[in-house]
Amino acid sequence: MIQARRLEKRYGDKRVLRGVEFDLGRDGFMLVTGPNGSGKTTLLRLCAGLAAATGGELRVEVERGRLGYLAHEPLVYRELTALENLDLYGRLYRVPERRERTGMLLERFGLWDARHERAGSYSRGMLQRLALCRALLHEPDLLVLDEPYSGLDDGGATLLDHELEERRPRTAFVFATHDPGRVERFASTRLSLA
Amino acid sequence: MTYLADVGALARKDLLLELRARDTLPAMLLFVVSTLVVFHFVLPGDSSELAATGLLWVAIVFTALLGLVRAFAAEREQGVIDGLVLAPSDRSAIWLGKALSMLVFLALAEIVALPAFGLFFGDVDGALVAGVALGDLGIAAVGTLLAAMAAASRARELLLPLLFLPLAIPIVIGGVGASVTDDSGRYVAFLAL
Repeated sequence: MIQARRLEKRYGDKRVLRGVEFDLGRDGFMLVTGPNGSGKTTLLRLCAGLAAATGGELRVEVERGRLGYLAHEPLVYRELTALENLDLYGRLYRVPERRERTGMLLERFGLWDARHERAGSYSRGMLQRLALCRALLHEPDLLVLDEPYSGLDDGGATLLDHELEERRPRTAFVFATHDPGRVERFASTRLSLA
Repeated sequence: MTYLADVGALARKDLLLELRARDTLPAMLLFVVSTLVVFHFVLPGDSSELAATGLLWVAIVFTALLGLVRAFAAEREQGVIDGLVLAPSDRSAIWLGKALSMLVFLALAEIVALPAFGLFFGDVDGALVAGVALGDLGIAAVGTLLAAMAAASRARELLLPLLFLPLAIPIVIGGVGASVTDDSGRYVAFLAL
């Protein structure tokens, strides 16, 4: 699903990625680790098509609408409620039975009771849960997750564990984390950035 | 149909955001009225209709600029633009949805501005209203495109007026021409073009 050869990314004079190579199959799970500033987020943005490589080759064989992306920011409007945010994304992603799917995800991630509250009033953990709902809403074939456990409490982290477990056989993952032990069992490919 | 549905969803979202946050439209309304008040006192009493109409267009263009600077603020500050760009809808739908919501803001500003203009400077005729309506269309379409380009820049507040004002000149020429000449139809047609 993703092939990278001698991948390079520069911001001006600063080289963020250099000579990155990997293959990720349709049911692969690539665990991306590395210290702060090693280029994990940059690599994930390249895989999601949000940035262009400055060197090498990156081939991502998935349609734009079949990709789910979880960033550091939740990518939701703070002035809209959880329900309104997911409804907007559901429309743009043409999710079938949008309302049922939105309701099911909000309930699964413990946000149903807060569905009419503005996202701006959510705690960091609730925003992360909402961001996960947004990324999973359209049942993507490829999930690009940047530090998905960030901000989640034990309950939220367990929910995410279950979600990964359930999706693992039918979804490809690019997963960046500082805590690789938690998802080590899912990994088929490991990429350590220096 | 899907494209129009995307445009509708995005425009509806922008209107809802403004309804909740109220950080653009009130500023535009206050600005256009206060500008016309200032112009009323600045312009000599025996000034021509041409001068007054020219000042109305100055007020309209700068009011639009005020709204355009904020057009992509929510997407930029909350990083949502990445989420919108990743959606499978045509990316021009983001522009068109934003242009439609900007058109609504401009129309609401004119609903306040035109009676204020009539009060301070004289009659508001059909040609002036048609010119302003078509001018709003042009300003929303061109301005939103430039606002999207400027939003990616660090110097966006500086860049947008520099990009927008030269491109607004044909709209202003058409608008003023439609408002003050005897052959207003020619200028309205120019604006429609």
